[in-house]
Amino acid sequence: MTVRIPLHRRTFLKAAGASALGVAASALPFSAARASGLTVGFIYVGPKDDYGYNQAHAEGAAAVKAMSGVTVVEEENVPETVDVQKSMESMINFDGAALLFPTSFGYFDPHILAVAPKYKDVRFEHCGGLWSADKHPANTGSYFGYIGMGQYLNGIAAGHMTKSKKIGFVAAKPIPQVLLNINSFLLGARAVDPAITCRVIFTGEWSMAVKEAEATNALADQGVDVVTCHVDGPKVVMETAAGRGAYLCGYHANQAPLAPEKYLTGAEWNWAEVYTGMVKQALAGETIGNFVRGGLAEGFVKMSPLGPAMTDAARKQFAATHAEIMKGGFAVIKGPLKSNAGKVIATAGQSFQESDVALERMDYLVEGVLGATS
Amino acid sequence: MTAALCVGLAAFSLFLATIGKSPVEFYGLVYKAGFGTSFSWANTLSRTAPLLLAALCVALPARLGLIVIGGEGAIVLGGVAAGAVAMAAPGLPGGVGIALMAAAAALIGGAWIGAIGLLRYKRGVNETIASLLMAYIALALMNHLVEGPLRDPASLNKPSTAPLPEGFRIGDLPGLDVHWGLAVGVLGCVIAWALMERTRWGFAARIIGGNLRAAQVQGLPVGRLLFCWTALGGAFAGLAGMMEVAAVHGSANASLAAGYGYTGILVAFLARQNMLAIIPVAILLAGFEAANGLTQRRMDLPDATVLVLQGFVFIAILASETFYGRFKMFQPDRWSRS
Repeated sequence: MTVRIPLHRRTFLKAAGASALGVAASALPFSAARASGLTVGFIYVGPKDDYGYNQAHAEGAAAVKAMSGVTVVEEENVPETVDVQKSMESMINFDGAALLFPTSFGYFDPHILAVAPKYKDVRFEHCGGLWSADKHPANTGSYFGYIGMGQYLNGIAAGHMTKSKKIGFVAAKPIPQVLLNINSFLLGARAVDPAITCRVIFTGEWSMAVKEAEATNALADQGVDVVTCHVDGPKVVMETAAGRGAYLCGYHANQAPLAPEKYLTGAEWNWAEVYTGMVKQALAGETIGNFVRGGLAEGFVKMSPLGPAMTDAARKQFAATHAEIMKGGFAVIKGPLKSNAGKVIATAGQSFQESDVALERMDYLVEGVLGATS
Repeated sequence: MTAALCVGLAAFSLFLATIGKSPVEFYGLVYKAGFGTSFSWANTLSRTAPLLLAALCVALPARLGLIVIGGEGAIVLGGVAAGAVAMAAPGLPGGVGIALMAAAAALIGGAWIGAIGLLRYKRGVNETIASLLMAYIALALMNHLVEGPLRDPASLNKPSTAPLPEGFRIGDLPGLDVHWGLAVGVLGCVIAWALMERTRWGFAARIIGGNLRAAQVQGLPVGRLLFCWTALGGAFAGLAGMMEVAAVHGSANASLAAGYGYTGILVAFLARQNMLAIIPVAILLAGFEAANGLTQRRMDLPDATVLVLQGFVFIAILASETFYGRFKMFQPDRWSRS
């Protein structure tokens, strides 16, 4: 096999490379994506179609996309490192984004805080909390929803449908938001039958499919017959649990398409409502609030449509509790209540509203939850 | 190597064309977002910094014939060590604190990867598998530490070590929007190159890489050399973790596991384990990554596009190593004649 190349290889390659680059650089019509109107950037920490946290945000972004006078730019799988800082700056510099929604909790400190002071005209809205006027730039803000109430309603559905009186929760990390969801799920089920217990397994990671599948199987092995979760992408938990014959309560987004017969209901984010509201404010030249919160009643959170497996009794109590929550003032964490380590959480008559900041520091699992925070 | 790179890029162009996207537009956007403007350069160089040190953790042991792919473990532990030092002695003057953090990170990174070299020598444990598995142990250790003993109670929803005191933070290079990690990385590459190519320990290391038996026959202290060189690679990786904590995150937490250790493998192999070649290769790959966002936004490509591109390039490199010398056109003397 003889190949004759008349040129010296290096010279040839250099020339070829250079000319290719030149052609690419000069002949390219860089379409100006800077449309008139408002450009809004969304950044996700995982894939947009994870049936979970990121999909919920991407559905909100899709609603914004449908608005007139708005251009939406998106990036997925952006780690909480210098990557997200540069993604934000790239959206500002190349796309002219004036409103950014970096949606992962870990994007805020230090990343948004590092970038925001450099771009005073750009608004940074962060999902998850922490904004305070004395510590953080005025062009940043935070928004979040009280989704614990949704897990309480999940618990009511689970309480009716469980036969073994054992329900299960696959959780990522023992942090306040997750603990509140676990406790709410159990308390909802106990509103149906006080004998019910909830087994919880922490995977230690926000997204680790193998451990999530193992945890779900371990729950099923222990006789758990209704499963919910709080991980970034509930797909694996839902499919595994359905495969083991358990009923499912969803989280983050609607997972009914994964197992329609087994899906009872689910606590979903309703970011479309929040995002279109904020973008409308921005278009009208109004300032978006720096600290925005809401729950079921405010439309920040919604429940998946009830699945076909739900019994009439379950539907009835679900609807009644849902209506009560919508009236406002409903408290899930109320006395008398003890932690599963025996500590008194609330005495008789004491209750915590969903907006109570004490709940954002939750470090316990309530009595009836089988598992430990550390 | 350039040839392999071009083959990889060409194959990727075909891939793009088959999914109906324009390769010309793609490379144009990569140029624009990675190298086209001053912001692009800042973006690229910020991403380059950790890759340089991570690549050294692969390239140094590779010169002794060891394929270490678990640098990620040394990076996260180096970061945790830096966070722990800052928590233990927050009152120290900034310069001393930074030096201590760097020392602790280098020490733990060096011990972690050095142990792999030692295991190889003493017990014949395969260093590739051992380093990969130890990276998972390191991750678990990091999670345990930042969620347990080292957790700052104020870090509610993202368990982290306590924020570094202001004096312990490392800022940007003067006049640039790039932190000092870049300078440390470049310096690391130069030092590693000098040690490997210009000292007798480097010469001994290369003998071991070329022919272990010969090295033993020569009476070289093979075990000590294996340990020291793998430990040096680990120390660089640990330093990368410390730079992430001191220059980017401000505390140690799970974000340290960003995959730099794995991209470092690609960088080192592309650079053919040449310490100086690591610098341009890291910049090139960082540029690809810097462009990832813009290609997603403008061409509606999935984020995995850059991974696919890196895969094509990596396979082209590996294939070229296999072909090297096997066909006439790949024989070295054919090209050195002119």
